[in-house]
Amino acid sequence: MAWPVLSVVTFLPVLGALLIMLMVRGNGPFAKGTARWIALWTTLVTFAVSLVLVRRFDMSSPEFQFTEKHDWLGVASYHLGVDGISLPFIILTTALMPLCILASWTSIQKRVKEYMIAFLMLEALMIGTFAALDLVLFYLFFEGGLIPMFLIIGIWGGPRRVYASFKFFLYTFAGSVLMLLAIMAMYWQAGTTDITVLLRHGFPAGMQYWAWLAFFASFAVKMPMWPVHTWLPDAHVEAPTAGSVILAAILLKMGGYGFLRFSLPMFPVASDYFAPLVWTMSVIAIVYTSLVALMQEDVKKLIAYSSVAHMGYVTMGIFAATHQGVSGAVFQMISHGIVSGALFLCVGVVYDRMHTREIAFYGGLAHRMPVFAFVFMLFTMANVGLPGTSGFVGEFLSLIGTFKVNIPVATFATLGVIFSAAYALWLYRKMVFGTLKPAVEGIRDMGLREAVIFAPLVVLTILFGVWPKPVLDMSSASVAQLLDGYGKAVKTAKDEGTKAAAAKAPTVEASVIPVSATR
Amino acid sequence: MFQAIVFLPLLGAILAGVIALVSARSRFPGEAPPPGAEDDATGAPVHHHSAHVAGGGVIHHDSHEPGDGHGHDGHGHGPVEPAAAGSRTAELITTTLLMVSAILSWIALVQVGFGGHDVRVPLIDWIVSGNLKVEWALRIDTLTAVMLVVVNTVSALVHLYSIGYMHEEPYRPRFFGYLSLFTFAMLMLVTSDNLVQMFFGWEGVGLASYLLIGFWYYKPEANAAAIKAFVVNRVGDFGFALGIFALFAMTGAVDFDTVFAQAPGLVGKSINFFGWHADAMTLICLFLFMGAMGKSAQFLLHTWLPDAMEGPTPVSALIHAATMVTAGVFMVARLSPLFELAPHAQAFVMFIGATTAIFAATIGLVQNDIKRIVAYSTCSQLGYMFVAMGAGAYSVGMFHLFTHAFFKALLFLGSGSVIHAMHHEQDIRKMGGLKDRIPFTYIVMLIGTLALTGFPLTAGYFSKDAIIESAFVANNPMALYAFVCTVAAALLTSFYSWRLVFKTFHGAPHDVKHWKEAHESPMVMLVPLAVLAAGSILAGFPFKEIFAGHGVEHFFRESLKFGPNNKVLEEMHHIPMQIGLLPTVMMVIGFIVAWYFYIRKPQIPVELARQHEVLYKFLLNKWYFDEIYDVIFVRPAKWIGYSLWKKGDGWLIDGFGPDGVSARVLDVTRSVVRLQTGYLYHYAFAMLIGAALFITWFMFSAGIH
Repeated sequence: MAWPVLSVVTFLPVLGALLIMLMVRGNGPFAKGTARWIALWTTLVTFAVSLVLVRRFDMSSPEFQFTEKHDWLGVASYHLGVDGISLPFIILTTALMPLCILASWTSIQKRVKEYMIAFLMLEALMIGTFAALDLVLFYLFFEGGLIPMFLIIGIWGGPRRVYASFKFFLYTFAGSVLMLLAIMAMYWQAGTTDITVLLRHGFPAGMQYWAWLAFFASFAVKMPMWPVHTWLPDAHVEAPTAGSVILAAILLKMGGYGFLRFSLPMFPVASDYFAPLVWTMSVIAIVYTSLVALMQEDVKKLIAYSSVAHMGYVTMGIFAATHQGVSGAVFQMISHGIVSGALFLCVGVVYDRMHTREIAFYGGLAHRMPVFAFVFMLFTMANVGLPGTSGFVGEFLSLIGTFKVNIPVATFATLGVIFSAAYALWLYRKMVFGTLKPAVEGIRDMGLREAVIFAPLVVLTILFGVWPKPVLDMSSASVAQLLDGYGKAVKTAKDEGTKAAAAKAPTVEASVIPVSATR
Repeated sequence: MFQAIVFLPLLGAILAGVIALVSARSRFPGEAPPPGAEDDATGAPVHHHSAHVAGGGVIHHDSHEPGDGHGHDGHGHGPVEPAAAGSRTAELITTTLLMVSAILSWIALVQVGFGGHDVRVPLIDWIVSGNLKVEWALRIDTLTAVMLVVVNTVSALVHLYSIGYMHEEPYRPRFFGYLSLFTFAMLMLVTSDNLVQMFFGWEGVGLASYLLIGFWYYKPEANAAAIKAFVVNRVGDFGFALGIFALFAMTGAVDFDTVFAQAPGLVGKSINFFGWHADAMTLICLFLFMGAMGKSAQFLLHTWLPDAMEGPTPVSALIHAATMVTAGVFMVARLSPLFELAPHAQAFVMFIGATTAIFAATIGLVQNDIKRIVAYSTCSQLGYMFVAMGAGAYSVGMFHLFTHAFFKALLFLGSGSVIHAMHHEQDIRKMGGLKDRIPFTYIVMLIGTLALTGFPLTAGYFSKDAIIESAFVANNPMALYAFVCTVAAALLTSFYSWRLVFKTFHGAPHDVKHWKEAHESPMVMLVPLAVLAAGSILAGFPFKEIFAGHGVEHFFRESLKFGPNNKVLEEMHHIPMQIGLLPTVMMVIGFIVAWYFYIRKPQIPVELARQHEVLYKFLLNKWYFDEIYDVIFVRPAKWIGYSLWKKGDGWLIDGFGPDGVSARVLDVTRSVVRLQTGYLYHYAFAMLIGAALFITWFMFSAGIH
């Protein structure tokens, strides 16, 4: 443990980006090749180093591990660390990155050097977001990630990329500004921006409500929750394949991670108070976007809407605040990262060949692409939540965890299993089954490079479906501690509320008494 | 041994799947890797074949010659291609493994059922989260052992039969892989030790069913039927899932032992379901039964089963007759400790079963597609089984499940043999007189029909009559209704079964060319038919005592639960003689009417159809269920989806959100210029409004506290 593993994982990609910047000159074939290879090796090494984290991680402890703390900027400190909730996301990031580089190998031909630099910077910022234990640091990473993504959509995107990238940027930025205000208020109130301290601080109930709302604005957009989801289909449609993969697999998860890291433990009273609102929005998201997905004509839009529906299970499970609900939400996010990432890669495979995402253009691909048909079927089924695939475990846990708390919410959400089957199988039938359309007569099956990309995803989808233990165990202790603190805080607040009501004390004064969040 | 029974089919499925992928791959090689990193691989496909392609295969040349022109069973429509490499290997592997599994299953039945050794084989943890613990485990008691025998025997025979039936098919490895995959999922279902593993098998068989119905993926009807089967089943699974959630919420467990132990404690408790204070046990059982309704194609959720006949015929025999569709019956039997505590749910089960029995039989009367007649018959027979379940005569329902597996698989495979002989013609109006051309098939079909209609001493006679008797004596508000329905359905069953036989095998041939060309099937198809025919006769009497007689308690032991007030099995033996004879009388009447209609006076049914055209159309169109569902579910869902997309996302959210804001910002900048009027009171007024807004906001936010 002598060397700062977490910092190395976080900043290795930056090193790779610097290397590309310094070593690659010009725009010739050799330069492109060098940029690609450096990027691939950087991400591979980063992934390898991140496995050290898994190996040394103590699953039985709910505390932050691999912590590093240095003074920095006076107010804020450079404080990193991971617990069972953040580590799975870091591994997901480092594992998907090499696949994204591979997926861009031939489809990106312009400004390859800049593209690779943007991706590597994005990776560093995403890992940093999950590893940061200081509010300011978190905010910098969280917001910083917007910039490379904005560029990736805006430069390497499709025809409406400018509209999409601005929509993406404005939506997420609007939410973030509110979060920044809340962060400043939290600093004034608690006198520190250290997350580990803030987790134990116990904010006054009055402040909790509006601070919760401010954070919620930011995370809800990121998730995205209904009704602030409309940026996602546009962003996905215009983004290049690897951009879509990262967007769906990791950037969306920052919202869910934020709820788990900030909203639930720091503002438990407000979380409890607003839970019905979140549930309502989640259920609407599941039903609404599933129905909308039924009618899509663009492959990527359909998968994007299906992502919104799947994120609905996540928010629902988190605010159910039961062990199954929260664990299920974490698992669902990891699984969705793998499955939706793979689905966007599948779209990339045919898009690279035919340059269209219109569903009606395709038909009968099974006649020419048997391996693709198999892979696409597997991920379609995982998306539908078939037991035995990773998609089932998260959905099942978050639903069973919610049912204990609120039956109508869980019932409506379970309706999603019917709709998801309808839109996902419909998509598969239109593209892969049926008679071979003349337009795709000459299409070729997946090549070796593509097979290499999909192989690990196929294995993980089935492995986590049959044996989800690695992920569930990793997060279990931290989830238990989170819920323990949450439960106590909510109970204390309720007790005080009843006492206050009994004493007929003026409510305004009661609200100023800090809630002692015992944790 | 038990691991072998369950996992050998999986092994077969994986091997066949690999063979299928490799051989398909050699036919359609992948994208060639670009010679240099700079090759623009995104454009038109490259012309040379790459080195990494699995070698040795046939390079495919598009030969879209039409097949032999006619037929509904798919073959004729597909591109004519050489068989995939490794087809024979895949067939042999999967069939052999299944045979081993089947033999082991019979051994298991003897050990567990007669020897009394219940076994529980824990495998690994599955989902462990908080107090929820779900394990992979195999639970082998008598109930499971019976199902193992049914599933593996029929599956092994269907595998064997398919070698002959599918011999023209170029993608046999894929077919056999799916068949074995199905068998594995079904085995996981029947050996499950908890509700979640059962759900795994439940959806797994749904997947395999979806893949097999859509096996001929170039046929639009097959695709539509496959999706319909999956989605309708998902409606049932929605209920199943809620049932699991509710049980977990009430008992904190999902494994059978704990749940069954805690179930008596739930009596009298209630669940608030959307304001309805439902009795907990009743609600849970109704939810779970909803799953059974979907899987077993019961009334209201039955619409997928007839369409599923688009799949290859062996599939219909295995999945849509003998095994998967009986999963719902198995589920109720497995959960008998719960259903025993929920009399209202039992009444509902009986009502649905009885309704399905008579409803499906009426449709079967007028259908012309040989497979659809048998499919509606299956639907109807499943209704019988649920009547027994509702009556609390679980072992009797299982008895019918057991015998039905033999004679219904026989009828389907026999129909397959007819279809095979007729070059994939399925319309019985175009058949006739086939008994001289395919005598072996004729004889086995006769045996199957006798068993189905309950001819004395055949397998169906014992099990079906037992169900009708149990309905007569059941202590259930729906008992009389169920008794009347099942007796009437016995008459209709006899009629439509004999109609099928007479129109197919007797009379003058309607299509002389086909009739002349009709040929008996190869040995590899006839042997399974012979085995099933033997089963259709022998599966009844020797098993009568242990399923419906005095041996039930000793045979099933703990695997079925009969409550203290459940005396159905005892009272069944004391019914009046006339009641006992009633089903047989119905069978004879049905036979005579069918004989009179289709042999003696063939013009009568035509005349009847003309006179009662409305009724005829009503039955022919399956009570218009598809049309009704289209109007009340499918179209509204599409319409709502479209409007939410265009109006909700497009007009409302984007319009008032980002697009609207950006447009307004432009407007405001334009008007701000005009706002600077220079009049003091304008500014004062604006400040006043601002202050008012601010105070309102402040009061509101204070109110939240």
